[in-house]
Amino acid sequence: MWKSRSDEYIIRLENINKTFNKGTINETILFSNFNLNITKGQFVSVVGSNGSGKTTLLNILCGSIPFDNGKVYLLNKDITKTREYQRASAIGRVFQNPAKGTCASLTILENMSLADNKGKIFDLSRGVNKRRIDYYRSQLELLKLGLEDKLNVKVGNLSGGQRQALALLISTMTPIDLLILDEHTAALDPRSSETVMELTDRIVREKGLTTLMVTHNLKYAINYGNRLIMMHKGECVIDVADEEKNSYEVADLLKIFNEISVECGN
Amino acid sequence: MDVFIGLIRNILEEGLIYGIMAMGVYITYSVLNFPDLSVDGTFPLGMCVTAALIVNGTDPLLACVIAFICGALAGCLTGLLHVKLKITNLLSGILTMTAMWSVNLVVTDGRAVLPFYNMKTIFNSGLSELLPKRLYTYRIVLIALIAVILMKLLLDLYLKTKSGLLLRATGDNLQFVISLSKDPGTMKIVGLSIGNGFTALAGSILSQQSESANINSGTGMVVMALASVIIGTSLFRKIKFLKPTTMAVFGSIIYKACLVIAMQLGLPTNFLKLLMAVIFTVALVSSNLLKGGSKGDVEIPQ
Repeated sequence: MWKSRSDEYIIRLENINKTFNKGTINETILFSNFNLNITKGQFVSVVGSNGSGKTTLLNILCGSIPFDNGKVYLLNKDITKTREYQRASAIGRVFQNPAKGTCASLTILENMSLADNKGKIFDLSRGVNKRRIDYYRSQLELLKLGLEDKLNVKVGNLSGGQRQALALLISTMTPIDLLILDEHTAALDPRSSETVMELTDRIVREKGLTTLMVTHNLKYAINYGNRLIMMHKGECVIDVADEEKNSYEVADLLKIFNEISVECGN
Repeated sequence: MDVFIGLIRNILEEGLIYGIMAMGVYITYSVLNFPDLSVDGTFPLGMCVTAALIVNGTDPLLACVIAFICGALAGCLTGLLHVKLKITNLLSGILTMTAMWSVNLVVTDGRAVLPFYNMKTIFNSGLSELLPKRLYTYRIVLIALIAVILMKLLLDLYLKTKSGLLLRATGDNLQFVISLSKDPGTMKIVGLSIGNGFTALAGSILSQQSESANINSGTGMVVMALASVIIGTSLFRKIKFLKPTTMAVFGSIIYKACLVIAMQLGLPTNFLKLLMAVIFTVALVSSNLLKGGSKGDVEIPQ
């Protein structure tokens, strides 16, 4: 396992307990004393079957759901009680559903202007800063989807792949400490999925972002990132990084995946 | 002919004044996606506050401003009930609407109707004194038109500011607002305040036109305003240069025209509210048909 100085941790989850449907016949204990540390600069891929706790993990990190007890630290600051929108100042998140990361009824330009103002005050000054348009255009050009010529098109008229690429751009426009990718390629067709994944990798490298990516695509988990976690029933059954991670191949993952599944009789 | 011109004048007067309310409801219903029933309480609130102030000799323009602020505070209450106490949007509106009934009675000192004949109003003082004599019969239309244009321009300008964009984002995608590290609840409260401020202002101006305030005037205001917004935005949807705020005002005038025509055709006054409901139903159904969609929920272009 990982040895590192604690001041390098971007995220520290300490003894997290999470039970669903507490006190009912459907009570399910997902996490019991779950721990996870993520160091600065890591690109962590998380895989695991449905119900293994991947999305719950992200929701606990972002403050979207309550949990029983435990502590969440962001850059050594206790954020356990910090609300979701306050945490968002340091955490960028891209969702599985492309519709969640952008505003359909606003234009690309308006979406980018809003994102550009993140962390500042939303006052009565002009919403779209004309002087920033060239910058937005140059950012969109990097996506290579032709969006730079569609600044005044409503985002609702874009395809899922285009929207997701835009969502990725938007969530990383202002400096963040952690980027969370919540199965962000799962709803896209294979080609868009490749495009968005390559784009992700480029943005993460260029900006040196610490990233936590949940994916069902084992190939992405192997090919991208420098740390790999496989979750099962609220525990990390694999947690490898760097050279050790490089020794894994899709086939190995798939084998372990199947073994676990057989164990629980699926 | 004079009767006809008189009718048109009447339609424009009331259509324009209610148009200000329609713009307010456009903010809550279309931009914020919040079915706000407090409108039924804040419209008479604007009336009663204005009447009470004017009876006591307040400047009518100042009375308009105060009415707007009172409406905004009532909208704020709806927002706080919804956001802080987690009461559903419909119930929050109903609670404010119910509470406003008593507030209005307190404001009018217990009277259901508070007249203020021969007092200074925006229609007989200030700007309207500058109008030439021969335009006297049209002074209400003209003053109402000026008020509508002013409020429309202010609202359009606001929707283009950073705060306005964030408000539009709040109605569209709460998660997006959270990811901008902003509390969407705050923006809901802001939107409800603006919407109900506009509604109360419409009440204020209407009371100055009729020179009295009526506690019961709020009944059916939500339906009227929603119908106006839906009629306006679905009829004029294809016209690119029209802003939705303008569409809402046009919708309000058309709505009023439908009512007046029905009355002229001999519909008994007792059937007025029934007719309002029918027009609203027709507007809803036809706006769905016009879109060719089967989504059931009425969606209005920004």
